[in-house]
Amino acid sequence: MKLTLAWLKRHLETSAALDEIVATLNRIGLEVEGIEDRSRELAPFTAARVTSAEPHPNAERLRVCLVETAGAEVQVVCGAPNARAGMMGVFAASGSHIPGTGLDLKNTVIRGVESRGMLCSERELGLSDEHQGIIELPGQTPVGASFAAVAGLDDPVVDLSVTPDRGDCFSVRGIARDLAAAGVGKLLPLDTAPWPGTYESPLAIELDFAPGTQDACPAFLGRHFRGLVNGPSPEWMRRKLEAVGLRPITALVDITNWLTLDIGRPAHIYDARKVSGPIGARLARQGESFEALNGKAYETDGEMTVIFDSSGMLGLGGVIGGAGTGADETTSEGFLEIALFDPLRTAATGRKLNLVSDARQRFERGIDNAFAPASMEIATRLILEICGGEASHVVTAGSVPISRQVMDVRPSRVRSLGGIDIPASRASAILGDLGFAVREAGEDAWSVTVPSWRHDMECEPDVIEEILRIHGFDEIPMATLPRPGGIPRDALSAGQKRLRRARRVLAGRGLDEAVTYSFIASARARLFGGGNDGLELVNPISSDMSAMRPSLIPGLLEAAARNQARGLRDPGLFEIGPVYHSVQDQKTAIAGLRTGRTGPRHWSGGHREVDAFDAKADAVAVLDAVGVPVDRLDATADAETWYHPGRSGILRLGPNALASFGEVHPEILRSLDVAGPAVVFELHLEALPRPRTRSPARPDLHLSRFQPVRRDFAFLVDPDVTASRLLRAITGTARSLIREVEVFDRYTGSGIADGKVSLAVAVTFQPEEASLTENEIEALSGRIVEAVRKRTGGTLRAQ
Amino acid sequence: MDDRITIILNDALDAIAGAGDIAGLDAVRIAALGRKGSITLLMKGLGALDPQARRQAGQALNAAKNDLQSAIDRRKEELERQRLEARLEAERIDVTLPERPELPGTVHPVSQATDEIIAILADMGFTVAEGPDIEDDWFNFGALNMPEEHPARQEHDTFYLLPVVGETRPVLRTHTSPVQIRHMLENSPPIRIIAPGRTYRSDSDLTHTPMFHQVEGLVIDRAIHMGHLKGCLRQFVEAFFGVDDVPMRFRPSYFPFTSPSMEVDIGCSFSGNRLTIGEGAGWMEILGSGMVHPRVLANGGVDPEAWQGFAFGLGIDRLAMLKYAIPDLRGFFDADVRWLRHYGFRPHDVPTLYGGLTP
Repeated sequence: MKLTLAWLKRHLETSAALDEIVATLNRIGLEVEGIEDRSRELAPFTAARVTSAEPHPNAERLRVCLVETAGAEVQVVCGAPNARAGMMGVFAASGSHIPGTGLDLKNTVIRGVESRGMLCSERELGLSDEHQGIIELPGQTPVGASFAAVAGLDDPVVDLSVTPDRGDCFSVRGIARDLAAAGVGKLLPLDTAPWPGTYESPLAIELDFAPGTQDACPAFLGRHFRGLVNGPSPEWMRRKLEAVGLRPITALVDITNWLTLDIGRPAHIYDARKVSGPIGARLARQGESFEALNGKAYETDGEMTVIFDSSGMLGLGGVIGGAGTGADETTSEGFLEIALFDPLRTAATGRKLNLVSDARQRFERGIDNAFAPASMEIATRLILEICGGEASHVVTAGSVPISRQVMDVRPSRVRSLGGIDIPASRASAILGDLGFAVREAGEDAWSVTVPSWRHDMECEPDVIEEILRIHGFDEIPMATLPRPGGIPRDALSAGQKRLRRARRVLAGRGLDEAVTYSFIASARARLFGGGNDGLELVNPISSDMSAMRPSLIPGLLEAAARNQARGLRDPGLFEIGPVYHSVQDQKTAIAGLRTGRTGPRHWSGGHREVDAFDAKADAVAVLDAVGVPVDRLDATADAETWYHPGRSGILRLGPNALASFGEVHPEILRSLDVAGPAVVFELHLEALPRPRTRSPARPDLHLSRFQPVRRDFAFLVDPDVTASRLLRAITGTARSLIREVEVFDRYTGSGIADGKVSLAVAVTFQPEEASLTENEIEALSGRIVEAVRKRTGGTLRAQ
Repeated sequence: MDDRITIILNDALDAIAGAGDIAGLDAVRIAALGRKGSITLLMKGLGALDPQARRQAGQALNAAKNDLQSAIDRRKEELERQRLEARLEAERIDVTLPERPELPGTVHPVSQATDEIIAILADMGFTVAEGPDIEDDWFNFGALNMPEEHPARQEHDTFYLLPVVGETRPVLRTHTSPVQIRHMLENSPPIRIIAPGRTYRSDSDLTHTPMFHQVEGLVIDRAIHMGHLKGCLRQFVEAFFGVDDVPMRFRPSYFPFTSPSMEVDIGCSFSGNRLTIGEGAGWMEILGSGMVHPRVLANGGVDPEAWQGFAFGLGIDRLAMLKYAIPDLRGFFDADVRWLRHYGFRPHDVPTLYGGLTP
């Protein structure tokens, strides 16, 4: 909502400066989003008379002008073809900032002639692109007058953000009322006395609603005008409309726009000779269509309120008028419509047709219904004052609702809700200034009548808010939250703690945390097991963001592709965030990605391409960090389809899948434009075993007094024998003695039989009761070799 | 005899002094003291002497042997020292060569700022609650006093999902406020929670992204009022930015789910691309807040006649931008590793009140 200072002062008698008004608006909840004050920028520019304009001795196109300014006569070299003796121009002295060029003006010598200022064009003042000649002011303009004032550009424009509850402040009148209540001036009265009509309206009006739908338009007021002259509207009105961004059209149209902005009263004026009575309102017939004054055609449904005449539908009540029946320059007879339209129905109509208008904006927030008859009188005076002619008696259909909302309010709530003591007399006075009527109704009980223009009083706190906001939120003293429990306990749940640890563990492993969008392209969602209809956005912002992601991996791969495209090497990323498997099934995933090499090249060597075991290590590190017993994990080679089928796996605890890891499938890399190698892991918080609440006390530490013994074995096995199977065979032989088995070599090739794999392991025995003798170690080794043979078919490799 | 001993001794001492390495020294030792060494041979010949001469010569030989042995030990020590010195010299490296790279990872500013926010508010007794991103229309709007036709809904630019037949249309939550309802329905007052998370609005330009992060705050108790709300927010802002007396502006505003409602701005100044907190004439809106609307309490199963309290919603991304002078919101979700490494945080910089919120 925009208004100008001069417009405001038509309703508010105040001596407050603009800055004070702006500060007050912010303080009472009418947020100022911007102030456009051209008079500040245009302050250096004054009216000046050109007393002589002689040709420049050294330049054909230039003239040397003597200019009479408020201070002195000044010599100016000017190139404008219209510079001539006797004209009034706009002068800027040296030192002035020229908004159109962004430069500060200096004394100069142009082809040997001194120039001590400038006669300005519109472009130099930033008013338009006009640069053919200098600005000419009316001949009677006094020398030294402020150009901004002469041109009517000295009226500052204030842009307000009006919250949706304050329909009443979508008008200059409403804003003035709030300011007056806040103490920056006095609200001026309006002349709303009934204007005596001089004839009966030749057009009748009617409301045609089935029972139960009369609320759509409870009242319709009309008035006929004749003898009108519909020329341009007067300058005072045009300037203000232009200042707030409205293009003046004709006086009658400008007047209806004015009423909308000035008193928040949308109105419509028909050319009475283009309509055939009666005029009225009814619900639309299904499929009825019309052409609106914005040039577009709209089709209605049976829920919308339309204005009709005998020829059919004319417009959408409360939203937009029709083309073809509005007033134009030739209009001499008019018919003014002032009607009440249901806020919900108006909002629904506008939304269905995607039609925003000043009228809709006000009707859907609620206008002052009780003010409709007064509005008719204000409008009548404006029309007659500007367009001449005479007015008929008012014709009315339906009735203006007169009942008022009355609320019970406890003045003690100012203290108990607001945390501030405001004397009851002051509180009551504030409400009075805002138009509320306060009546004492007992001990700590007020009966408060809400003004007809306020539709935002839903509950007692809303009324308390009015008192507090006008008194000032800044006045409320700060209080510290009570802390009844003393030192607080953990703020995070067990699951939240796990995420926090996982995040810092992964960052500690050299990955950069990314936050990527929760939605991805549908086609990509399908590649990762998603893309079901229920998770498609109805109104995505782009096709790249149309489906809720089933996995973090596509987002990380896309991020890797972006980084690679920017020439950034080996991005390593992780993300912790939501993934979606159905509307009800949202999970928290943790995923990481490594690409390219394990690090930059180094003079000492020691870097290599990333592989599945890097991703496995990341996954295990996360599982370890969140308390999973990683020594009991096993891996199976059955990861999802987006992995390389031979180089990926699932980490399991018993039968439960906890995480997947591995190389990304080359087809996926190709379709996402990622240069490989790329390895990833992903796990879901919800799939992890629940953290047990454990005592902080650690179990006893048991240290054996006896030396551990280490023995190396190399087994020849078939390629389908996994390391995990071999390890299980070994540990199964003597669980209490075997503390650790390390796989320290895996070898195929020369020296090894074709189709065999050599797996070398180091077994550590830890005796508890007595040192192991050589014989005992030999026996254990024999049992290991035998168990491996029996359970994997492997044989000890000949030394 | 004595003369021979003296000659052997002097020759051997000369040889010891001249030995260039351990092997040479060892050869000298063997030549004198080995099984067939010159001293050893003389010792073996002692038996042929008469007792008087034998004792004399024996003493002389023993003395010579001891002299030789200690000369050998000293020389050996010296040679070993020389050898070590030579080795250390040979092992010299160029210490200006770069060390092996250990690529540091980073924590995203949104995560770091969230941890900071939690650290502060946890100290005021808040615990962390959660809710889903895909919300039921009722939780996101209806329960928060925003029925279908409410004008405030238009400002939410909601993302919708396809409705399941017979059920309400799911939405991507436009704010974290639905967590208020979920938490109230599952817990009894007094309540003191925050709920950080992703939120979504169909808006994308220089200063808006279709996804952003909020922290919801909710305090419900018997006698919580606006003074507590203001105090809580001021303490929070001062702790978060680490600045005392941050200029703050509490502006009346409107949210359907609070009454009274207020927005909070903090004073800041822009200079070029940089923003400074607490200076200059500019204001930056950082949060919306208010006293919880009685209908919202009722929708959460809380008796509005017995309980009251406040709620607030903070923009996490915006707070991080302000605190850490991050100019562009869009960079947050682009995952450019240069951006992440520049604006991200080291994993060990865990924000705490005792150790500092800001690294």
